[in-house]
Amino acid sequence: MIAHAIFFYIFSFIAVFASIMLTVSKNTVHSVFFLILDFISVSCLFIMIGAEFLGMIMLIVYVGAVAVLFLFVVMMLNVVEQKNTLFKSSSDSTYIPIGLLISLIIFFEIIIVIGGWKYKPDLLNSISMNISSELTNTHALGYVLYTDYIHLFQLSGMILLVAMIGAIVLTFRKRSGLKRQSYFKQISRERAEGVDLIHVESKKGVKIDV
Amino acid sequence: MQEYFYLLLSEIYKILFLLVPVLVSIAMVVWLDRRVWAFVQKRRGPNVVGPFGLLQSLADALKYMFKEIIIPASSNKIIFILAPIVTMTLSLIAWAVIPFSEDFVLSDINVGILYLFAISSLAVYGIIMGGWASNSKYPFLGSIRSAAQMVSYEVSIGIIIINVLLCVGSLNLSDIVLAQEKVWFIIPLFPMFVIFFISALAETNRPPFDLPEAEAELVAGYQTEYSGMMYAMFWLGEYANILLMCSIGSILFLGGWLSPINVYPFDLIPSPVWLILKILLLFILFALVKAIVPRYRYDQLMRLGWKIFLPFSLFWVVLTAGYLLYFNLLPVI
Repeated sequence: MIAHAIFFYIFSFIAVFASIMLTVSKNTVHSVFFLILDFISVSCLFIMIGAEFLGMIMLIVYVGAVAVLFLFVVMMLNVVEQKNTLFKSSSDSTYIPIGLLISLIIFFEIIIVIGGWKYKPDLLNSISMNISSELTNTHALGYVLYTDYIHLFQLSGMILLVAMIGAIVLTFRKRSGLKRQSYFKQISRERAEGVDLIHVESKKGVKIDV
Repeated sequence: MQEYFYLLLSEIYKILFLLVPVLVSIAMVVWLDRRVWAFVQKRRGPNVVGPFGLLQSLADALKYMFKEIIIPASSNKIIFILAPIVTMTLSLIAWAVIPFSEDFVLSDINVGILYLFAISSLAVYGIIMGGWASNSKYPFLGSIRSAAQMVSYEVSIGIIIINVLLCVGSLNLSDIVLAQEKVWFIIPLFPMFVIFFISALAETNRPPFDLPEAEAELVAGYQTEYSGMMYAMFWLGEYANILLMCSIGSILFLGGWLSPINVYPFDLIPSPVWLILKILLLFILFALVKAIVPRYRYDQLMRLGWKIFLPFSLFWVVLTAGYLLYFNLLPVI
């Protein structure tokens, strides 16, 4: 039990530290790396409470794909101009009131959620599903996801699909003068189209590339 | 307290028992790679240091150790130093879940295959960090290329894994191997094995997909600014990743530690030996491909990943699921 507590505090300390550094550090690439550290330690916490499937999916999706795309965008910024100084508030900054407002709202939301902890025993009994502890977590998720919640599952899939198509439509542009390789054209080329035997008269040459 | 201490000691012993052979085999495998490459090109390959040149990698390692580590002045130093460490660490921690026999596995977790997939998708960070922190054009281009490449081919590897999982009904690696007792998955899922092999080549940045380090265009890609031991760590991590991909391939498709022939004299061969032989077989294929196939162009690489492998493996998922459902072969839990 002690080992469990030690690991919990290590991971949660890293998570909190990383999220503070994420907001404070001025180099955006460092921020993304701290975000990744945050994701990893949160997924470790998930694994510690037994939600191994969720933790692994978090690693694969957020760290393996989403954060890579973040890095892609952020890395395009110039490295040299960015100093490794911490965030300092300047008097003419207009973001601070709005930031404070948003963080206040999030803070109260968290307080409401933690308040629900008090009624945890009542909430646990109100769950209609019977969760058997013998199933692994992946199987248990599969049982509810593809039976009781299949419509919601399909719906979220559709939403993601629409978002993906929307993103492609928004960023797709046809460029002219682009050389493209057409495999079908290449393969279907005959000898007659490509090779021509010309009798060249001497001292006159031949005009190619007509 | 003492109890915990002994637990820790025994775990460390087990980890060393696994990692030291892995590290030694990386050195041997580098030699094998160069040797196979040389034989395809009718050369001798490394054959001077030790018997058959077996100690060549050790000599190389010694050379790297005594070289000066140069850190570019305009680089981002912390991330620059961190990058090879990340590559090396990620390629070694994945070995924790590889089952060498029914009871010889460091940690037999329920979501073993997801863990391997997650670790292999994290491997891209070493390359991105190295390329960005060097603050130089060629490494940066190389790392951008490789990030796009690895993210693309992960998608098809994930879907290939789904194919196997449909037949097994569990994410545990030992269960995946035991499900192949009757028939190895390479037989019913042969096209998936081919796609897995090619995707593994792309995922580990091996030729013909070694665009991140294309010597002709990018000097050495993300490794350009690295020297000495830091370069060697990138290099070791790369080969550890290749071995890891080979072992994932042999666990998913070639029956892991299971013996192909279950008659008397072959029974006596311990099961880890079979797994190692299968890994070596796949590795020799990797080495042969390196010697035979020319490098892909970048748009061809992307086309292969997104327009051919992804639709085909998705189609195969539907096919496998339909087949299993129709003949009532779905695994029961």
